[in-house]
Amino acid sequence: MATVYINDKAVDIGDKRLNLVQVAELAGVTIPHYCYHPALSVVASCRMCLVELGEKTPDGSVQMQPRVVPACQTPAKDGAVVQTATSKSKTAQGQTLEALLLNHPLDCPVCDKAGECKLQDYSYQFGFAESRMVDEKNTPPNKPDLGPNINLFTDRCIMCSRCVRFTREISGTSELHIVNRGTHSEIDVFPGDPLNNKLATNVVDLCPVGALASKDFLYSHRVWNLKTVDSVCPGCSTGCSIHIDANKDVVYRLRPRENPLAQGYFMCDDGRLGYHYANSKNRLSAPKIRSGQEWKETGWKEIVSGIDNDLRAVAAVNPKGVLGVLSPFLTVEEGFLLAQYLKSLSKDARLALGPIPVTGEDDNYPKTRNGQPAKVQFTIRQEKCPNRKGIEAILQHFEGKIVHLRDSLQGEKAEAVFLTGGYPPSTQSWLEPNLAKGISKTPLIINQDLFENAVAGQSKYLLPAAAFAEKEGTFVNHAGLAQGIKRICSGPRKGRTDGQVYLDLLGRKGLLHAFSLHKEIASAVPCFAPLLTMGPQGVNLEKGS
Amino acid sequence: MIKPEEITWVKPPTFGLMDQIYLPAIISGLGTTLGHFAKTVFGGPQAKVTQYFPEERPELPANYRGVHRLNRDEEGRVKCVACYMCSTACPAHCIDIVAAPSPWPDREKYPEVFVIDELRCIYCGMCEQACPVDAIELTSLFDLTGLSREEMIFNKEKLLSVFDQTVAMGKDPVRTKAGRLSVASEPAGDGLTDSSSVQS
Repeated sequence: MATVYINDKAVDIGDKRLNLVQVAELAGVTIPHYCYHPALSVVASCRMCLVELGEKTPDGSVQMQPRVVPACQTPAKDGAVVQTATSKSKTAQGQTLEALLLNHPLDCPVCDKAGECKLQDYSYQFGFAESRMVDEKNTPPNKPDLGPNINLFTDRCIMCSRCVRFTREISGTSELHIVNRGTHSEIDVFPGDPLNNKLATNVVDLCPVGALASKDFLYSHRVWNLKTVDSVCPGCSTGCSIHIDANKDVVYRLRPRENPLAQGYFMCDDGRLGYHYANSKNRLSAPKIRSGQEWKETGWKEIVSGIDNDLRAVAAVNPKGVLGVLSPFLTVEEGFLLAQYLKSLSKDARLALGPIPVTGEDDNYPKTRNGQPAKVQFTIRQEKCPNRKGIEAILQHFEGKIVHLRDSLQGEKAEAVFLTGGYPPSTQSWLEPNLAKGISKTPLIINQDLFENAVAGQSKYLLPAAAFAEKEGTFVNHAGLAQGIKRICSGPRKGRTDGQVYLDLLGRKGLLHAFSLHKEIASAVPCFAPLLTMGPQGVNLEKGS
Repeated sequence: MIKPEEITWVKPPTFGLMDQIYLPAIISGLGTTLGHFAKTVFGGPQAKVTQYFPEERPELPANYRGVHRLNRDEEGRVKCVACYMCSTACPAHCIDIVAAPSPWPDREKYPEVFVIDELRCIYCGMCEQACPVDAIELTSLFDLTGLSREEMIFNKEKLLSVFDQTVAMGKDPVRTKAGRLSVASEPAGDGLTDSSSVQS
């Protein structure tokens, strides 16, 4: 049992190996820091976390060290006494900030980081109001071509080297270096070796100041106007925890959310920059019904009763002819409601798992320059859908087995297909030609997707689906971790979320609140019982904790 | 909780006979009216209050807050750096900006679109205060009229033309003069004094 005293507050850290920044966080005290990041090695180069350190002697008296020490590099030990608010610590913090600001251009009005910048926050909290710098500031030229997605505003950099350590330790690609010395140090890449690995844009989040900027987000919005919700990246089955930043129904960026149960601290660029389809103008925007060769836009009331009547007519004659295709982009709740609806038409109605988009192979990081294998810290999975496991569990419950779409098309002839999509355009060929051909033979196709797909021309009903930012529910990732996604955009004005349509088809009243369905799902499908205890970090369905 | 000793009770004045018949009060009131009447008729041109608008234009105080303008820099380019400070400060949410990387080498960012809804604006002058580069100012133009709502939504070109118009009129000189980007980026001292002194 080790006890550390932070500003006279005793913190019991047990036998954990922590540094003083982490212990202070446990005590609710913020020790300012730039270069320290829990996922990266400690270099103690920014000197922002200087604190006064002492020790409690057995007789109860406290002996303080004469100098300040960097908290990030000092392991906490039993009896350590840390003072973060004494005049010595405060002077050290203020002087460090003054030194960091010597060459900083202070162009906050045009800097994209303004509003979430640690240099702004700490200057306000710990800094001095004015600079005593009389010489001209260093203004090294910007490097707009540091990488295809990344821009470097060289003069704003404070040399914390987080980005350099990230490319060396997490991505393993080592593109970034510090060149020159002393006050002329700069972050740079070697000529012909740009910062273009698949995790590169994480350095923008890591950068505590506005030096590294994402070209995708650059100048598109001010951060204080953004609204944020916690969600899950739908890009692959890793299911990275993310923040969605949006305003006025437009998604502006995705940021990784720290989650030790899911992916850790980072996310890949494919996922981060893969949200644009949600804002696309080409999305299906209103429900349509075909009469002859013409499409007719109608209200949802007519659509829902039309679908219900048509499916009931088929189910009455040929129950096995009703085929529901559950896309791996549906949430658990949506899958549950749709399966429940189709099974309520007839017990013999068939359910199948929609195509699983797969691209290449699992992409593991860190990469190594010399081919040495390294301990995998991050994986971009080949399976480009967020919820295969969740839908499989639904199918297992309702169907007793997991049937893939291609197998069920080869089986008995389908008379009516309820096809759910939600695939982003990057997997646009998800409905392979032979599958499309198989489906298009069906007389009644109910087609719900984000964009017009291969069987849109043959469908009787064409419904707009909701993108990940427009619905709420649960995704289950490759390892069985169930995490909640939340709604931040309202989607097409005439659209309705997938889950709401299924709720309407079931004849249940009211608006869908996915998380209230957990009780019902957990009692119906036992493997989803842990959902009832799901927190912001999710819950693992397979470990049952 | 207010203590009883802190409370002062004020009683309404009681009316005497003179107050109750009202006539003395009416006569003294008419006296004031007649006094002003006489002053206007016999007091000469100084005493006149009414103006023949629009033939005669009023002299407004220098701090009058009228229609906005977007200032130009020495090279005639829009001075604004699209920092969104004005739209953030605006209590009426009438400023809409779309930023873009600037086409000029001396600047990172410029407004591709800058729109003010003059009908929604409450002319409080917060945008002027918030601007770090003194690019937006309120002018002495007060008689803003239009035949449609669309006409009253001023875009960047219109706001720059207000600058040209008001500077040509000579009544609205550029009131503030700060640094290229902000006082924050200028050496302490001259940047601060420049922006605080009103140039006329």
